[in-house]
Amino acid sequence: MDNDAVFYTDRSGRITSNPLLDQLPSYQSLLYRRKSSVSGTKRRSSSRGRTGSSSSGKWGMSSFTRPLDKPKSQIEQQDIRELAKPMAEKRRDKTQRLEEARELSSWRQWRQSSHRYLKRLRDDAQEWMSSMKLWRGDIHLIEGMFGTGILSYFSFLRFLVVLNLIIFLIKFSFVMLPIIIAPYASGNITYNLNDAGVCTVYPSSSRLGLVIFHEHITDLLSGGGFLEQTYLFYGYYKADKIHFPNITYNLALAYLLSTIAYLFLSLIWIVKRSARGFKRNLVQDEDRFQSFCNKIFAGWDFCITNVNAARLKRSSLLYELKTDLEEERIKQKIADRTRKEKCRIYFLRLILNLFVIGVLAGCFYSIYIATIFSQEAQMTKIKVNFIVDLIYEYLPSIVITVANFITPLLFSIIINYEDYSPAFEIRFTLMRCVFMRLTSIGVLLFSLWSQITKCEEEPCICGYNHVLYSCWETRVGQEMYKLTIFDFITIVAVTIFVEFPRKLIVKNCDCGLAKWWGQQEFAIPQNVLEIVYGQTICWIGTFYCPMLPAICTIKYFFIFYIKKVSLINNCRPATRPFRASSSNFFFLVVLLIGLALACLPVTVSVAQINCSHACGPFVNYNTTWEVLPATVSQLPSGAQKLLFALSSEAFAVSFFVVTCLAMFYVIALAGAHKRVINQLREQLAMEGRDKRFLIQKLCQAQSLSTSRSPVSRPQPRSGSRSSPSYHTSFSSNFNEGVFLAHSPPDSSTHV
Amino acid sequence: MGTTASQLGKDVLSEYQELTFLTKQEILLAHKRFSELLSKEERDRPDTRVPMEKILTLPELKSNPFRQRICQVFSTSDRKDGSLTFEDFLDLLSAFSDSATLEIKSHYAFRIFDFDDDGTLDTGDLEKLVNCLTGETDETRLTTDEMRQLINNILEESDIDKDGTVNLSEFQHVISRSPDFVSSFKIVL
Repeated sequence: MDNDAVFYTDRSGRITSNPLLDQLPSYQSLLYRRKSSVSGTKRRSSSRGRTGSSSSGKWGMSSFTRPLDKPKSQIEQQDIRELAKPMAEKRRDKTQRLEEARELSSWRQWRQSSHRYLKRLRDDAQEWMSSMKLWRGDIHLIEGMFGTGILSYFSFLRFLVVLNLIIFLIKFSFVMLPIIIAPYASGNITYNLNDAGVCTVYPSSSRLGLVIFHEHITDLLSGGGFLEQTYLFYGYYKADKIHFPNITYNLALAYLLSTIAYLFLSLIWIVKRSARGFKRNLVQDEDRFQSFCNKIFAGWDFCITNVNAARLKRSSLLYELKTDLEEERIKQKIADRTRKEKCRIYFLRLILNLFVIGVLAGCFYSIYIATIFSQEAQMTKIKVNFIVDLIYEYLPSIVITVANFITPLLFSIIINYEDYSPAFEIRFTLMRCVFMRLTSIGVLLFSLWSQITKCEEEPCICGYNHVLYSCWETRVGQEMYKLTIFDFITIVAVTIFVEFPRKLIVKNCDCGLAKWWGQQEFAIPQNVLEIVYGQTICWIGTFYCPMLPAICTIKYFFIFYIKKVSLINNCRPATRPFRASSSNFFFLVVLLIGLALACLPVTVSVAQINCSHACGPFVNYNTTWEVLPATVSQLPSGAQKLLFALSSEAFAVSFFVVTCLAMFYVIALAGAHKRVINQLREQLAMEGRDKRFLIQKLCQAQSLSTSRSPVSRPQPRSGSRSSPSYHTSFSSNFNEGVFLAHSPPDSSTHV
Repeated sequence: MGTTASQLGKDVLSEYQELTFLTKQEILLAHKRFSELLSKEERDRPDTRVPMEKILTLPELKSNPFRQRICQVFSTSDRKDGSLTFEDFLDLLSAFSDSATLEIKSHYAFRIFDFDDDGTLDTGDLEKLVNCLTGETDETRLTTDEMRQLINNILEESDIDKDGTVNLSEFQHVISRSPDFVSSFKIVL
């Protein structure tokens, strides 16, 4: 293309700079060749409003002077430290601004100095807050050794510790604290057990007589025995209202509202945290995490300090680039598939997906059977053996853990035959594992409830099976407690008994098996799934076991140190790197799925299932939800009318319609913006071509006028450095002066 | 070595706080680490320049493939030898700090990646950049075909006016949509 000849390079590889091109204002603004002659007046490109990013210290003197037309007040808005200049110039800027400020009125001066003072105060406050962050030194160390991908796992863990602590504080201050301080603040606890006979019987579960030591251990691990009638479980909160001297505290209402509050708080906090990473708007629909520019320009973690880690990072970057380039080729291959091949692949995928569904159904059924068996074994109270008893108690947890161990291996084998692109393979396997993990909790709860609501004579007298489960919420709370404990034990046991020996074997033994097994890789997705699983249990279980968040806080606290030690001693970075941004996105999406899945059982049990009449704060109500209508009916009639209006169908429907309209408007706006951006892109490309074409023509005209008038003063610039393509056949068409001998080749029609 | 606070006056410290994105602790730590690179007599002189080889012994820069470019970009020396004064060092840490704005980071990133200092990222710059990322030995380079394919992809994504090079505004535009940049372009002592 002759028009692109402007950018031919000479032998040294540098683009031959066309003298006219060098003088263009836009080119000048991007160049930052240091010229010591420029000092004093700073020129800022007025084309970039507030960002000032193209301003640089020393400018080449351009023959096209840009007027400095930005008003003074606008310049002062920009922070000095946001200018990309060396320190000496920033200092000069500052003194210049201070001099200018002295010329202002005293009101403005005071305003400026108060601005500065407030800004400094805010900076100091932020500095203090960030110094209070937990585990800063440890995370800095991990960052230096492994990069930002693994770092995001540990900062996610830190987030969960803080979240669980806040949830516990909510529950504690609204539910436990009033009961604890009631005796000291002369509060009177009322608890109306309507003696409707058989439903209110709650046999004590504490052990009588001489208790053997290992029974204490069993109790500790299973939440039964001496732990059952403590603050740990729902059944202990036998308080309906607490009458303090001045006010009456409705504990039942507080229990329900604190549950809703912690679920809502978790949702808002997670969404806020994920929005922080997504401030950039997503106008283009290219894959924003895998784009090549993101990999190349933001590929290197500048925080890596370890030489080994740097070497590994380089090799993982190389591997990633090669894989992505190959994936492009594979995409091309996929697009070239024939119809027969497509049919074969789709058929194979259907068969394999049915197989996967079958495996999942089998796992869920085994969890159901194990739960029922475990419940029946606990009910019969025939003590066989200490260990066997414990196994019966923990049977659901064991089955869930085994299923979650086998299925990822199975999925990763199956996906090889389904012939997807590598990136999609990874994501699809991950989605299957997430589904498996989180749904297994749901299956456990479902099987529990089917036991609880199944009576010998249908329908149940009290709404639930009061013979076996006199306080069913406590029983569910115990199951959640057992799941948490077992999860923690599993993580510790796997680290101690699998990862450390693996490292010792691989390091010291030289046999083929050791080499094939290889050193442990820190697989981020599996680790994240583990902790999201634990957090989902915590969210579900907090309703039945109010102290569970505190237990989870301590659990995650220890898991941080265990994982850190294991990472530093046993693991090497993954071959396929997990980027920080896609990590954060993945974590928060999975956490949101976990939260949604956790809300479901809680909602069902609050609204649907009859609460037990023998224990807990809701003995006077049929379901837990009934507290709210009962309280609302006691409010003044004005508030009642308002609340009824807010919950009526008319309000809900109109709210829904308005939200839909707003959403459609925003979507239409985004579509319009996208179209405008595409048009502007095309226009920009076209302007570039026009510019090059015009410059080329100008150079031709100049060279022509020099060659036509040899006695005129020499043109120093245009002669020597023009590349050979300028001597085209056009010169024969030219007269004096510049005019286009032929229409521009394709600048107006080129797309 | 003596207490660091006494060597940096309070007003100098607050001036640095105002002109950079660093906190007081970070400036003091930087002063301590910088003084460790100097010999005893050099410490008393205010504006000593530390040659590039000594700066590159810092662990934060030692394993960085862009270490020479970083020193050259932030150096204010006339001889263009990459030597840094303490204020250059503070500028460096400020641009790489947690609280620096995206514009500052992308501006300096552009200058670091512009190996031939001509104001644009052309094919030669991009090739050198990719080689820095993957390693310098022959086994760790991409093949010529792969390199060409990669550079074509990069230019397709970032070159808006289709002139075959990436200028500063195009670079900042593509960085603003890159979610990993802010977290990876960070050096903390």
